Amino acid sequence: MSTATTAPAIRFVEVTRRFGAVSAVNSVSLDVSAGSFVALVGPSGSGKSTLLKMINRLEDPDSGSIDLNGLPVTAEPPPQLRRKIGYVFQNIGLFPHLSVGENIRMGLKVAGETLSAERLQEMLQLVDLAPDIALRMPDALSGGQRQRVGVARALAPAPQILLMDEPFGALDPVTRDALGREVRAIHDRLGLTTIMVTHDMAEALLLADRVLVMEQGAIVGDASPADLLAGKGGAVADALVAIPRDQARRLAELGS
Amino acid sequence: MEFIGALQEMGQPIAAHILITVAALILGLAIALPLTLWSARNEAVARWCLGAANLVQTIPALALLALFYPLLLWLSALVGGGIPALGFLPALLALSLYAVLPTLRNGVTGLKGLDPAALEAADGIGMTPWQKLWWVEVPLVTPVLMAGIRTAAVWTIGAATLSTTVGQPSLGDPIFAGLQTQNWALVLAGCLCAAALALAADGVLGLIEQGIRVRQRGRIYLGLGAIAAILAVAAAAMMPSARPVVTIGAKNFSEQYILARVIGERLENLGYSVRYREGLGSAVIYKALTGNDIDVYVDYAGTIWTNEMRRDDIPPRAAMLRTIGDWMEQSSGVRLVGPLGFENAYAFAMREADAKKRGIASLTDLVGAAPSLRLGSDLEFLKRPEWAAVQGAYPLRFASTRSYSPTFMYRALESGAVDVISAFSSDGRIAADHLTILADPKGAVPSYDALLLVSPKRSRDRRFVGALEPLIDSIDVSAMREANYMVDRDQAKATPAQAAQFLSTR
Repeated sequence: MSTATTAPAIRFVEVTRRFGAVSAVNSVSLDVSAGSFVALVGPSGSGKSTLLKMINRLEDPDSGSIDLNGLPVTAEPPPQLRRKIGYVFQNIGLFPHLSVGENIRMGLKVAGETLSAERLQEMLQLVDLAPDIALRMPDALSGGQRQRVGVARALAPAPQILLMDEPFGALDPVTRDALGREVRAIHDRLGLTTIMVTHDMAEALLLADRVLVMEQGAIVGDASPADLLAGKGGAVADALVAIPRDQARRLAELGS
Repeated sequence: MEFIGALQEMGQPIAAHILITVAALILGLAIALPLTLWSARNEAVARWCLGAANLVQTIPALALLALFYPLLLWLSALVGGGIPALGFLPALLALSLYAVLPTLRNGVTGLKGLDPAALEAADGIGMTPWQKLWWVEVPLVTPVLMAGIRTAAVWTIGAATLSTTVGQPSLGDPIFAGLQTQNWALVLAGCLCAAALALAADGVLGLIEQGIRVRQRGRIYLGLGAIAAILAVAAAAMMPSARPVVTIGAKNFSEQYILARVIGERLENLGYSVRYREGLGSAVIYKALTGNDIDVYVDYAGTIWTNEMRRDDIPPRAAMLRTIGDWMEQSSGVRLVGPLGFENAYAFAMREADAKKRGIASLTDLVGAAPSLRLGSDLEFLKRPEWAAVQGAYPLRFASTRSYSPTFMYRALESGAVDVISAFSSDGRIAADHLTILADPKGAVPSYDALLLVSPKRSRDRRFVGALEPLIDSIDVSAMREANYMVDRDQAKATPAQAAQFLSTR
């Protein structure tokens, strides 16, 4: 992996977003380098989803600016911007009236392009789904299958950036673990820049290169998983890391 | 047998009913669909639109139709004429408004109830607002919307029967005509056809709805094909032929329905294409004639004299007809073609045997006997100027007076509950019940000659007026009574068309 030296893929400069009197995101500045897998961790209401959604302009900041590869996100209309960014979220949002294949193709159809049958099969293979699933309707799939389709749909237009908002939050633990590993593998294979919002520190530590901890609209911790585990992430991060670590210790004690 | 005969007369009303309903539904959708989209995106608009649609729905359909008549008259006056206030236009507008609510309500509810995740995904993959509308919102909301359209269709088909009252032909024609003439076969035929139409529409739209729901194009095309076929047949049946079209008006009682058919049959034989606007009220029908919304109808001298001219003197018959003719010509250009040959006046009637026994043949004879006799009248006679005029000329003091609805008034006389009634001189029950009409030697009751009236537009049309002239003085009172009785009697009832046939082939 060569992730180190390129210019930042995503840059936040003093970005603030308020909902009424509450600052969901409070003057955040941040660089995300190309090719990195960043986990955004924090309790509910810490502003991590809002921060994520400002990248593909599902939310717009009240002040500050966001650049993608050196260009402000406001340089083009939102639909054009979003077609270059993969977006996966907890509720998946498959179109219930379209087959799996049509759902995956939709990402290109919006830009007036088509996805070849070959590429469709590649996408299904990428997310570990059987080829014949393309003709099924979403309501005939399990939750894990649905989120796999959601990931395939997001990646079909070959974006360089993948945004994930609690992508595995609604899945059972087995599927959640498997899909997490697969997404990390896809990230490496395709050379993506990935930002994943999660409230699960263990998941963040296991999947990401870099973990950002948010609290009350501000980034209060920013470190690699190794540094976090070594206690170099600050007080809030330590508290979050303590939970899975404590659970692991208790599990180990149970087994001994 | 009566019922089969009645069913055979349903062709034109069904075709007209289908066309007005479909036109109203299309206009209703054209109003409702944009409002639905707007409402789904704007809370304030939704409140106003749904509120207004709900308000419209609380107005009874009949009242809504009636309201459009003065509204269109006023609009027409505002733009200097040319907007028809009767017939297709008011029916179309009122029924369209009626079709808006179910469509709008289902559409707004459906759009608001869409899965927010699918909408977020649509934004997330970069759909423009239009792409989102066509590829996600419309397909997802269509099944819910179709359910609303089905409701709208069934409501509109039902309410369209009322469009008869503003002069738009529909299945209301046989229903209202049957109701007024107590011809239940006609009412039943009309109701059955309207119900069958509603069921068919619901079924076909249901097929389309299901096709959309389960994504089967076959069902959708089958449903659309059925609608197209029905429309084509209805349109072909209503196709205005190359022949000139004449609109004949009728008020809402048996004699009027029969006379309209007598005129209509005659004009059809002479190459005209005929439409009927039946069941119109006395006040509306004369205005409709002066406004050229109808071309010809029969009214009564005394009605024009008192209601339209506001006169209360009673000149001799010939002078009265001349005055009426001149007044209509000058005030509106309506042409009085001539009297049909009979009167439908208020007339005092007694049982024949009773009258003979007491030696009563005229109102003069009645004066002496009145204190020992009981008078039965219809519901309004005792308050009408005619009764005051009669009392002025003949000092009648009855032992008692009672009011009945017409049918019960005749029964009361027959059963001996009363001795004298205020009958209508052309009523068929006078002959059937063996009644004697008392003469009016002092001419106290104004003449109620049946008059053939022609609209201003047709008044100089020689061919048209010439076609009607043979009807002048062609129907005497005994023939009219017999025809009325065919329709009014309880057994073996004839339809107005059959009674008209009888009058023409007599």
